[in-house]
Amino acid sequence: MSVNTQTDAPIDDRAGEGQLQEAVYVYEAPVRLWHWVNALSILVLCVTGYFIASPLPSVPGEASDNFLMGYIRFAHFAAGYILIVGFLLRVYWAIVGNHHARQMFLPKVWSGAWWREVWHEVRWYSFLEREPKKYIGHNPLATLVMHVMLLWGLVFMMITGLALYGEGTGMDSWQYVLFSSWVIPLFGNSQDLHTFHHLGMWYIVIFVIIHVYVAIREDIMSRQSIVSSMISGWRMFKDTRPADDLD
Amino acid sequence: MRETFYDVLRRQGVTRRSFLKFCSLTAAAMGMGPSMASKMAHALETKPRTPVLWLHGLECTCCSEAFIRSAHPLAKDVILSMISLDYDDTIMAAAGHQAEAIIEEIVRDYKGEYILACEGNPPLNEDGMYCIIAGKPYLDQLRFAAQDCKAIISWGSCASWGCVQAARPNPTQAVPIHKVITDKPIVKVPGCPPIPEVMTAVVTYMATFGQLPDLDRQGRPKMFYSQRIHDKCYRRPHFDAGQFVEAWDDEGARKGYCLYKMGCKGPTTYNACSTVRWNGGLSFPIQSGHGCIGCSEDGFWDNGSFYDRLTNIHQFGVEANADDVGLAAAGVVGAGVAVHAGISAVKRLTEKGGQDK
Repeated sequence: MSVNTQTDAPIDDRAGEGQLQEAVYVYEAPVRLWHWVNALSILVLCVTGYFIASPLPSVPGEASDNFLMGYIRFAHFAAGYILIVGFLLRVYWAIVGNHHARQMFLPKVWSGAWWREVWHEVRWYSFLEREPKKYIGHNPLATLVMHVMLLWGLVFMMITGLALYGEGTGMDSWQYVLFSSWVIPLFGNSQDLHTFHHLGMWYIVIFVIIHVYVAIREDIMSRQSIVSSMISGWRMFKDTRPADDLD
Repeated sequence: MRETFYDVLRRQGVTRRSFLKFCSLTAAAMGMGPSMASKMAHALETKPRTPVLWLHGLECTCCSEAFIRSAHPLAKDVILSMISLDYDDTIMAAAGHQAEAIIEEIVRDYKGEYILACEGNPPLNEDGMYCIIAGKPYLDQLRFAAQDCKAIISWGSCASWGCVQAARPNPTQAVPIHKVITDKPIVKVPGCPPIPEVMTAVVTYMATFGQLPDLDRQGRPKMFYSQRIHDKCYRRPHFDAGQFVEAWDDEGARKGYCLYKMGCKGPTTYNACSTVRWNGGLSFPIQSGHGCIGCSEDGFWDNGSFYDRLTNIHQFGVEANADDVGLAAAGVVGAGVAVHAGISAVKRLTEKGGQDK
C-alpha cells in the first residue's frame, strides 16, 4: 500500500490535536463519480417510484394535453438505466481500480480478525469503546453494511426492476427474456414482484438514512475524514498513530 | 376411416362457404396470416376429429359456462362438433356407469391421441376425499385419464394455479393440475373464467394443427397471454396523462379515467380482456367502470384487496402494505439515528469537558 504524503511538513507527534498531518488518496475519480451519480439516481428512483405506486392527484384537462405519469415513469426508467450502467462500470472499476475500490465488494467474512474488528466497531457505536480505530479505507462494519444493504440491495432492485420493465417492453425484448421470464415465476406473480420491488426501495432508504448519519458522525467523531474524502478522494487523519486496516 | 371435422359439418348441413368463413375467422382470431386459413381448412378436411375428455374437479363450472358462450360465428355450434367431446359430465347425455365407461373406452382406444381438458383441480388432503366422482376420488380419475393423453388443457385459474379453493389456508390442499401430472405437455388457460373465444381458439389450434400453441415460460399460450390488460387498455392514455378515478362515482369515473388508484390489477395481469373482450366483444370489466381483479394471475385471491394498488404483504404474515412496512422500518431507524446522535453529542461534550480539566 502506498502512502502519499501530501505536505512536506514534519510529522507532528503530538497526537489528538486535530491537525492534518498526512493524507492518503483512497477514492479514485471513477469511484467518487459513481458515488454521487448513484446517490442522485437513487434519489430520483425513490421519488418517482413512490409516485408510480401512489400517483399524484389527477391533472385536469384532456388526456392528450398531459403526460405527467408518462414523464414520471420515464424519469424512473432513465434513472434506473443510469444506475445499472453506473453499477456495471463500478464493478469494472473494482477489478481495475486500487484496492480500496474492491473493499466494498469483498468483505473479509472468512477472517476471524476481521469479525473482531467488526465487533469492535459495534462496541464503538454502542458507546462501549472510548476511542474508535483508525482506518484508511472503510471500517469493517461499514464494509459489511455497504456490502449487504447497498450492493445486494442494488442487485435486487436492478434485477426486479428490469423484470418489471420487461413487462412493458414485451415478451420478445431482452429485458423480458433475460429477467421477466424467470423473475416473475420466482415471485409467483407480477403483483408480488411489484410489492417486493417496493419493499426494496425502503431497504435502500433505510441504508441511506444510516449511511448519511454515520458518515457525518464519523466525520466529527472518528480519527479520519469521511465526507470530504468522497469529494476530494483524499483521506485525512486527526492523529499520527498507525492505521488499523487489515487490508 | 374416422369421421373428420369437415364430414361432421357437412352432415349437419353447414355449407362449404360457411366452413371456409369459419376457417378465415378463426385464423384471424389466432393472429395468423391469411395463408393459414386454407391450411386450417385442409387440416380440418383430412384429420380425424380429436377425442376430448373434459374432467371436472373442484370447480364452479364457470369455465364450461364461458366455453359454451363463445360467440364467434359458428364457434358455439362448431367447436363442439369439431372435437369429439366424448366425456363432459356437465353437458353429456349419458349418466352413471355408462358415462364413466366412456373414459375407459377412450383411454383404451385412443392411446396417445386424445386431449384431456381439466376444469378444476384435485384436492390432495385426506387422500383426495374432498372431491369424489362416481365413488372414487377425482385424483384417481385424473391420473387414470392423464396416463395416455396427448396433451392436457388446464382450463381456468383452478386447473392452472389453484384459484379460490387453493387460497390460504387451503384446507383441502387443492393443487393445480401440473403439480399432479408432471409427464404430459400442459397448456394453461387461466382466468376465472377464461375468455370464451380464447378457450375455443386454443381448442381449435390444438385440434387443427395437432400441436400445442406457442407457450410462455409459465405454460400459457403466448397469443393470448403475452401482454397485460394495462398494455392494451383503452383507458391507458388517462394513466399516462396522470388522470385517475379518485373515488367511485367522482368526476373522473364519469369521464372514464384510469382505475389504477381504485386498485385495478390491469398492470399486473396477463390476459386478452382488453383486446378480445367479453360477450362477443361487447365489453370487459374496466370498460364497465370497475378495475381488473387479476383473476388470471397466480394466487390472485391471496393478493389482498381488489381495491388497493399496494396490496398487503402476506409473506411475512403482516396485514400491511409495502409502504406501511417500509415507513415503519424507516421510522424506527430514523428515530434510532436521532437518539444515537443525541447520545453521541452528549458523550462528546462530557468527554471534552473531562479533557479540559
